[in-house]
Amino acid sequence: MKEEVTNIVVCGIGGQGVLLFSDILGEVAMEKGYDVKKSEVKGMAQRGGSVISHLRFGNKVYSPLIPLKKADFIVSMEKTEAVRYLDYLKEEGILITDEIIIPPLPVLVGEENFDFTTLDIYLKERVKKLYYLPAQKIAEQLGNVRVSNMVLMGFLSQFLPFEVDDYFKVMVRNIKKDYLKINQDAFLKGREFYS
Amino acid sequence: MEKALLSGNEAVARGAYEGGCLLAAAYPGTPSTEILENIRNYKEIYCEWSVNEKVAFEVAFGAALAGARSLCAMKHVGLNVAADPLFSSAYIGVNAGFLIITCDDPGMHSSQNEQDNRFYSLFAKIPVLCPSDSQEAKELVIKGFEISEEFDIPVIIRMTTRVSHCKSVVTLGERKEIKIKGYKKDESKTNLLPQFARKRHILLEEKLERLKEYSNNFPYNKFYKGNDDLLVVADGVAYQYAREAFKDASFLKLTMVYPFPDKFVSDICKNFKEIIVCEEVDPFIEFHLKSLGFKVKGKEILPKTDELSVDKINVFIKKEEKKEKPINLPKRPPALCPGCPHIGTFYLLQKKDYIITGDIGCYTLGTLAPHYAMDSCVCMGASITLAQGIEKVVRKIDDKRPIIAVIGDSTFFHMGIPGLLNMVYNKSNIIVFILDNETTGMTGHQDHPGTGRTLMGKETKKVLVEEMAKACGVEKVFVLNPYKIKENRKVLDNLLKEGGPAVVVMREPCIFLKKPKKAKEVAIELCTGCRLCLRLGCPAISFENKKAKINKNFCIGCEMCIEVCPKGAIR
Repeated sequence: MKEEVTNIVVCGIGGQGVLLFSDILGEVAMEKGYDVKKSEVKGMAQRGGSVISHLRFGNKVYSPLIPLKKADFIVSMEKTEAVRYLDYLKEEGILITDEIIIPPLPVLVGEENFDFTTLDIYLKERVKKLYYLPAQKIAEQLGNVRVSNMVLMGFLSQFLPFEVDDYFKVMVRNIKKDYLKINQDAFLKGREFYS
Repeated sequence: MEKALLSGNEAVARGAYEGGCLLAAAYPGTPSTEILENIRNYKEIYCEWSVNEKVAFEVAFGAALAGARSLCAMKHVGLNVAADPLFSSAYIGVNAGFLIITCDDPGMHSSQNEQDNRFYSLFAKIPVLCPSDSQEAKELVIKGFEISEEFDIPVIIRMTTRVSHCKSVVTLGERKEIKIKGYKKDESKTNLLPQFARKRHILLEEKLERLKEYSNNFPYNKFYKGNDDLLVVADGVAYQYAREAFKDASFLKLTMVYPFPDKFVSDICKNFKEIIVCEEVDPFIEFHLKSLGFKVKGKEILPKTDELSVDKINVFIKKEEKKEKPINLPKRPPALCPGCPHIGTFYLLQKKDYIITGDIGCYTLGTLAPHYAMDSCVCMGASITLAQGIEKVVRKIDDKRPIIAVIGDSTFFHMGIPGLLNMVYNKSNIIVFILDNETTGMTGHQDHPGTGRTLMGKETKKVLVEEMAKACGVEKVFVLNPYKIKENRKVLDNLLKEGGPAVVVMREPCIFLKKPKKAKEVAIELCTGCRLCLRLGCPAISFENKKAKINKNFCIGCEMCIEVCPKGAIR
C-alpha cells in the first residue's frame, strides 16, 4: 500500500479555535472518503495555554500523532507557537501563521524574558515555504476576532484537494447558525488572500 | 452505512447506545468526561453526574443487578475512589451487562499520576478490554456487555488519553433494545457475608478459567503476519505507534489482556527469535510473556514513564538521534482565565507565611507564578484532611503559622465533606476556603449538587456548601465575594486573630457562566509602575513602557485590578 498520508499540525493558544479548525478539516477529509485521525489534549490546557492538534488523513492512518519532521503543513494562530512546533515540519513543508505575537503569562508578569523579534529570523532561516497572514486583523475587520481560524483555513484550502463547498457543508454541522456566515466569509477572505 | 468522525469517548457513548445500555453514571474527570456528556444525547439512556466515582460505580452496579445494561465511567484515579465496590462486584457478578470504563492518562496531561489500570483487572479479577481507536472502542463496549452477561462478571474497558481524545472514523449501527430482567432477591449472590463470599470466590476463580479460554479465542486479539525476524506485541494506542514505527515486522495486537490469552500468544511467540513488547507505562504484557518463559524486550529499552509515540519508539529502539532546539522559547503554561474569581482568593493568600494545602481543580494553578499560594495537591479532598495532620504536628513544635485548606465546590461535594466532619469531630483548628464557582470548572462546566441542575437538564434541589459546612458542625462560616479583595483581607485578618475552625466560601460564578462587563483601562498618567496589579496573574494585564496595560479583548471587567491598585489608576 502506498504511504500517502497528509499530516497537518494546527497550533495556537487555548481559546483561539484550534480544535474547531481540525474538527472541520477532519470531517471534510472523512466525507471525501479518507481514513482520518485527529488528536489533541484537552483538560488542564484552558485559555492561555499552548495547544496543538494533529490531523492526519490518507488511505490508512495508524498513529494519531504526527511524527517529527513529517508534517506537510503547520497552521499556527500565533507566531511563538509556530516556532514551538516547528520540529514537526517536513523539509519541504509549508508553514502558515498569523503574524500576531501574544507573549505568554510568565513574560507578561516579568518572570521570563524573551526577545520576540528573534522569531522572524528563526522562521526565515528554517522554512522555505513560509506564509504570514494578518488573519486576526481580517477577522476584526469582519467584526469578530474569533473567526481568524477560518481565515487561516481558507488560506490552507488552496493547497488541499477539497472544494469550497466541501468545507461549507461541514461548517453547517459544526458552527451555530448565527455565526455560520461570518465564519464562511472569513474562510473566503483567507482563500482569496492566496494569490 | 453512515460514518462519523468520533473521539474514543464519543464512540464509547455510541457503543452504549447501540448496545442497549439503559443507565450510565460518572463523575467528570479528564480524559473521561465526554463519555457521559455524549451519552446525554441519547434519550434512551438514563444518565447522571454522580457525586463521586464510588457513588457512580454503585449506582450503575445497582442497575446491573436490577437487570439493565449499565456502565460507569471515570478517569484512572477515579477507580481508586471506586476500588472498594470494584473488588466486591467481581465476586457478586451481574444480572445484566455491566461495564467500568477507565480512562488512563499516560503523560499526565491533566492528572496527578500515570497509574496503569490494567493492573486493576489482575488485582480485582475482572476481565479488561483495551481499544486502540474509536471504531474498536464502540465495538468493545457492545462486546463487553455480552462478555459480562455470558460470564456473569463486570468488564473493564481501559481507554487512554490518546484513545479517548483522538478522533477517527466510526461506522454507525442501530440500537438494540434489551429487555430489563428485573430485580430478583438472591442474598447468596448479592450479599457478601463471609459464608456467601467464600463460595462466590470459588465461583469467580472458575469463571476466570473459562474466561482465559475465551481470551485465547477472542477475535480482537489478532496476529498480523509480516517478516519472520521480528514480532512486535502491543495493545491500545501503543499498537498504532508500533505499527507505524516497525513497518515490516509481524504484529500481535492484544485487546483482551486479562485473563491473558496464554495459549494463543505462546503459539505465535514460539516462532520468533526476537520479540519486542510496546506498551505504555507499566510492563503488563511483558510481565505475562516473561512468566510464560519468552525472552522479550520491553521496558529495559522503552520508557516506563510518559506516553509513547512513533518518535519515542524510533529514539529508544532504533537509536535515532534526538535533536535539541536551538531556540529557548518562553513556556506557555495553562493559566487562570482573565477575571477568574480564583485570582482574587490567591491574591489574598499569596506572599504570606501560611501553610496552604490544596486540592484538585483549575485552582491548583494557584501553585504557580505569580500566585505561589498552594503547597500541596494530592488527591480529591486531601486539602482538608492533610491540613489536620499537619496542624496536629506543627503545633507541638510551636510553629504558629496559620493553616489553610483550599478546595473547590465540586471537589468539596466529591470528597471534602467527610474531611470537614473529621475536622469538627477531632477538634482541628484550620481555615477551609471553599472556592465556589458554581460549576465543575476544569473539566468543562459540569453540574453538581450545588448547581440545582442534573446532567439530564432537570431542575433539582440546590445544596449550598455553607449549609453543608454548618451541617458538619462548623460554627464560623463566611460567604465572601472573591472580587472584593480589600474587604476580604479584613475578614481574613480578623479570623486569623480569633482563630478557627472556620469555613470561608468564596462565591462567584466561573467566567464562562456569565457575560463579560465593560473592559477596564489604565490611566497612564496615574500609573506609577508599582506592578501590584501584575501580581494578580490576570492574563489581561501586561506591562509596557514601565506602565500597566489592559488587553481589552481579554478583560471581563471584574474590577479586581481596581481593588489592588493603590493609585486609583484603573478605571
